[in-house]
Amino acid sequence: MTTAHQNPARAALDRVVRAEFGLIVAGLTRRFGDLDLAEDMAQEAVAEALQRWPDEGVPRNPAAWLTLTARNRAIDRLRRESSRQSRHREAYDMLPPPEDVDPSDVVTASELTDDRLRLIFTCCHPALAQESQVALTLRLLGGLTVAEIASAFLVEERALAQRITRAKKKIAAARIPYRVPEDHDLPERLEAVLTVVWLVFNEGYLPQAEASERVDLVDEAVRLARVLGQLMPDEPEVWGLLATLLLTRARSAARLIDGRLVPLQDQDRSRWDAAMVAEGHALVRRCLQANRPGPHQFLAAVNAVHTDAATAADTDWDQVVALYDQWLAVAPTPVVELNRAVAIGERDGAAAGLAIIDELDLARYHAWHVARAEMLQRLGRKSEAVQAFRAGLGLATIPAERAHLGLRLAELGSLPPEA
Amino acid sequence: MTQYMLAVHHRETDAEIDEATVQQMFADVDAFNKKVTAAGIWVFGGGLEPRETATVVDGRGGKRVVTDGPFIEAKEWLGGFWVLECPDLDAALALAEEASRACQGEVEVRPFQAE
Repeated sequence: MTTAHQNPARAALDRVVRAEFGLIVAGLTRRFGDLDLAEDMAQEAVAEALQRWPDEGVPRNPAAWLTLTARNRAIDRLRRESSRQSRHREAYDMLPPPEDVDPSDVVTASELTDDRLRLIFTCCHPALAQESQVALTLRLLGGLTVAEIASAFLVEERALAQRITRAKKKIAAARIPYRVPEDHDLPERLEAVLTVVWLVFNEGYLPQAEASERVDLVDEAVRLARVLGQLMPDEPEVWGLLATLLLTRARSAARLIDGRLVPLQDQDRSRWDAAMVAEGHALVRRCLQANRPGPHQFLAAVNAVHTDAATAADTDWDQVVALYDQWLAVAPTPVVELNRAVAIGERDGAAAGLAIIDELDLARYHAWHVARAEMLQRLGRKSEAVQAFRAGLGLATIPAERAHLGLRLAELGSLPPEA
Repeated sequence: MTQYMLAVHHRETDAEIDEATVQQMFADVDAFNKKVTAAGIWVFGGGLEPRETATVVDGRGGKRVVTDGPFIEAKEWLGGFWVLECPDLDAALALAEEASRACQGEVEVRPFQAE
């Protein structure tokens, strides 16, 4: 991974290959019905590409080249194994000889779409643990190596490899189907997929710990969300997720100072990425037109209001509160209620915000204490604010957030308790 | 087609249920059994007598050793199961949802090994 990032030509090749990896795995899985074989052969094709392309040049259609190479390798392997293992004979009998395969007929566009959708829903099947869903999605669809995923999530490579192996075994043994869910299951199954992308994004955006070398999970999540958008062009929740990711990522350059989280209202807005904000806003407008609201779209809309304000003081809090009200009507959760209470605090004053916050049963959640602390401080109740900030710091796990809370305590003339 | 075991586990923490609930459960399970039998996917199934009726046999030492009681005093034990024939896990999970509602317990779904 290190060399890939140091060598621009190699990094560019890695990007091409990674972009096609999910396609190759998806197509092979449909053809051969074996996720394991598909992954292995895709990996071999990628290795061959990385070896040959630097000298021979990148082929005009990298996807077709990789798919064809992986497919021929799969056929070779099945041929070899069919003499030993009868269980592959059936698959082997259905195969055309490798030389008969014409690159132009490898796949059609709609087949590609269907295959990758099948792969996504298989990787994010609810019968798999969420960590496995995330790992499988990044590995099989995102084309990240096991080493890259392990270092991104700060887990041992061997443990992650085992997790992926176990998940693939379960998919095969329990017969987790390789297909797009039926309409009546789709909302729930889609939610699982969106959650996986969201988890990938969050780990990249607010890492649980700093790692010196790791792939950019924020970029990966945006890329996955874009793929989902292409594959499911009629799902506004997918646009909502993509919009939220873009509108959040747009603020990347302004959100950290010396490893410390800078709250939205204190960010230097001139450092926001205007193009990304514009793309996010366009997506939110598309969501509004579709008029099929859902949680991801509400979150995107709230982010759109924030990123629409030239300064924090210009924020249209009426609009933010209205969005939270609609969100709660559709999908009430205590966390959304907390965010609404914060918006009420901005619009109607800290006392009004605090009154709602105090009603919520969220004492185990660090953000509840932090929201209380901010309201208490604005009300001049300093010692209670210090107490609440300390409680929040005690529950917060993300280093950048902890650094921010430490600073807030220092501003109140209080030292953060020794961790 | 794959055979799946839909297993119902009892737990120490399970609350006692009244007679009317028991009767309802029998009726619901019976209806479920009729449905899967009519669909031609029923392989086997049934409820087990309480675990106090269990006997453990160990034949490994060349001589039969018989012990009273279940294998281990677990906090959770098998109360009954179905073996059903399904095309894939999604189909098995859909049946497990119905089975769970009928027997008023959680249902564990496991595939049998392919031969």
